[in-house]
Amino acid sequence: MTSSPVTRTQDGAGRTAVEVRMEGLSRHYGPVVALDRLDLTLHPGELVALLGPSGCGKTTTLRLLAGLEDADSGYISVGGKDLTRVSAAKRDMGMVFQAYSLFPHMTVRQNVAFGLRLRRIGSAQRDKRALEMLDLVGLSTQADRYPHQLSGGQQQRVALARALAIEPQVLLLDEPLSALDAKVRAQLRDEIRRIQLEVGITTLFVTHDQEEALAIADRVGVMREGHLEQLAPPTEVYSRPATPFVAEFVGLSNRLSGVVRGGTVEVRGCTLPLVDSNTPDGEAVALVRPEAVSLTPGASSESGPLIGTVIAVSFLGATSRVTVDLGGTSVLAQLPTSDATALVAGSRVTLTIRPDPVLVSASSAGPAAEEEA
Amino acid sequence: MAAVTALNESPAAASAGQPRGMQVRRRRRLNVFRYVVFTVFGLFFALPLLAMLRFSLEGAKLGTWSLTAWRQIASFQGTGVPPLISSIELTLELAVITCVVMLVLLVPTMIWIRLRVQWLTRTMEVLCLLPLTIPAIVLVVGLGPIYNRIQHYELSALMLFWVYVILALPFAYRALAAGLSAIDVTTLSEAARSLGASWFTVIVRVIAPNMRQAILNALLLTAALVLGEFTIAYLLLYNNLQEELYSISRNTPNAGVVYSTSFAALLFAFVLLLILSYAGRRRGGRG
Repeated sequence: MTSSPVTRTQDGAGRTAVEVRMEGLSRHYGPVVALDRLDLTLHPGELVALLGPSGCGKTTTLRLLAGLEDADSGYISVGGKDLTRVSAAKRDMGMVFQAYSLFPHMTVRQNVAFGLRLRRIGSAQRDKRALEMLDLVGLSTQADRYPHQLSGGQQQRVALARALAIEPQVLLLDEPLSALDAKVRAQLRDEIRRIQLEVGITTLFVTHDQEEALAIADRVGVMREGHLEQLAPPTEVYSRPATPFVAEFVGLSNRLSGVVRGGTVEVRGCTLPLVDSNTPDGEAVALVRPEAVSLTPGASSESGPLIGTVIAVSFLGATSRVTVDLGGTSVLAQLPTSDATALVAGSRVTLTIRPDPVLVSASSAGPAAEEEA
Repeated sequence: MAAVTALNESPAAASAGQPRGMQVRRRRRLNVFRYVVFTVFGLFFALPLLAMLRFSLEGAKLGTWSLTAWRQIASFQGTGVPPLISSIELTLELAVITCVVMLVLLVPTMIWIRLRVQWLTRTMEVLCLLPLTIPAIVLVVGLGPIYNRIQHYELSALMLFWVYVILALPFAYRALAAGLSAIDVTTLSEAARSLGASWFTVIVRVIAPNMRQAILNALLLTAALVLGEFTIAYLLLYNNLQEELYSISRNTPNAGVVYSTSFAALLFAFVLLLILSYAGRRRGGRG
């Protein structure tokens, strides 16, 4: 992968993957700033997921790239070609929407072939290509059905086939899984990733579901109030968040007060390394992941900085989340369920904090672990 | 209650049976009410129609039956008016022209407003519903000078389609608005645009086919309005079917043909309604 705007890469099937660049993109809706000078580059063949709370500007970014809205200022290029003022119909991008967007009066086959028909491709070739695409999403047997005869998951797969049928330069996915139930969502998520890798297309995926973003993206962009807070591979976003917002938005974080001293932070007697070793000394709030906290049943003494009482145990399947009262501060710990079975509400436990690098926030410590937005 | 409960029937079952019985009685009363209302209103509408049909089938002697009035529809000519068949043809042509103009004007405009200039929706609605609030006589006073000008260039009664389009606007607008609100116009158009469709293709090949039932309803209402319109044609001195029937009824010794033609016009509108409903049902069943 390279950052050159004109560089293209080829996948195994000989398809050309292109780079997408957005520079200084801004968009206002009246007094509301939806995007504020956003810079984002998608490398050829890469899947970037934009993640963030409602109103952070992720869908606006995707719509500006698709040409469905005009930017107030900024520049968009695909494969080195300036598309800033090009209409949506001429941008050569496939898009899957959050709402079911299949044309109700057309069969599945006609839906998939619609874009090809607009490109004046002969009917035999059109049908062949439509069936190939339906085969890719595992729905070739449903070709003659109407959208209302399909389930939600099937409709989204057909929408994906339709978007890919025109061999677009870029694939845009606008929360395509949010209307589906959990099981279908997980299946389709994996299927989208498989197809994206198979086709090798540069893809922008917008979601508010962090699990979805972390599971399938090459890089995750976390957005807040029209800005990109961090753009990095999923593991880095999770383990080395660039800002307190990212740390708190992606996954759960315990906010524990401590003192920063010489590139480390001391929290309740534990010394933890800092993600940013240049953090100035002084009082701060450390953001500690629940999985970095482990619990040992029983306590060697009556009280101590890391001795607490179990308030609740939530079963999550393979893991369990335990809420511990640590002298007025609630701390979350995530443990394997086998380790959590011995813990019941009211039992005394000793906490251990694993010395993973943590981020600190200058704001005052809250009493409870912050749930994801 | 326990005293009258059968040995093999628990008190709980007995108390559960009571509301069920009440429900059955209530449902029965509701059914009776429905049938009474249906019968009364059915008679209210059917009796004049049946009387009209009977009158149109009246023979030369009182109490006899004849199809003469129905056979005369094609050939009848009243004194001082054109042949009845020409009025029928003209009114049907007017209905077709009005329907086409209304559709060509209204469907793309409404879709465009929904897609691109939503802030105009209320203005459009008010404009389209305005003809409902203006009495026909006021419309004629306003339209008089315009039609004077039109008659300088074209004398045909087909020119009535201008005013009929205006008259049909409220009904067609409501029918089309219902159809538009039933589909996700924005998402469908954006999906089509992202696939490379022009705005024309979006309207003609994506949105309009999904408003088929609404378009059929708008057509039906427009056609029914044109087939039954009398006041404006009469006041603007044009001859359409209703105006001609009125003229014949004032001059003819054979009133039967007036009623046979009126009944035929009603029957035509009814058959049109049946066809449109059938077409809509077929579409619904398929997709």
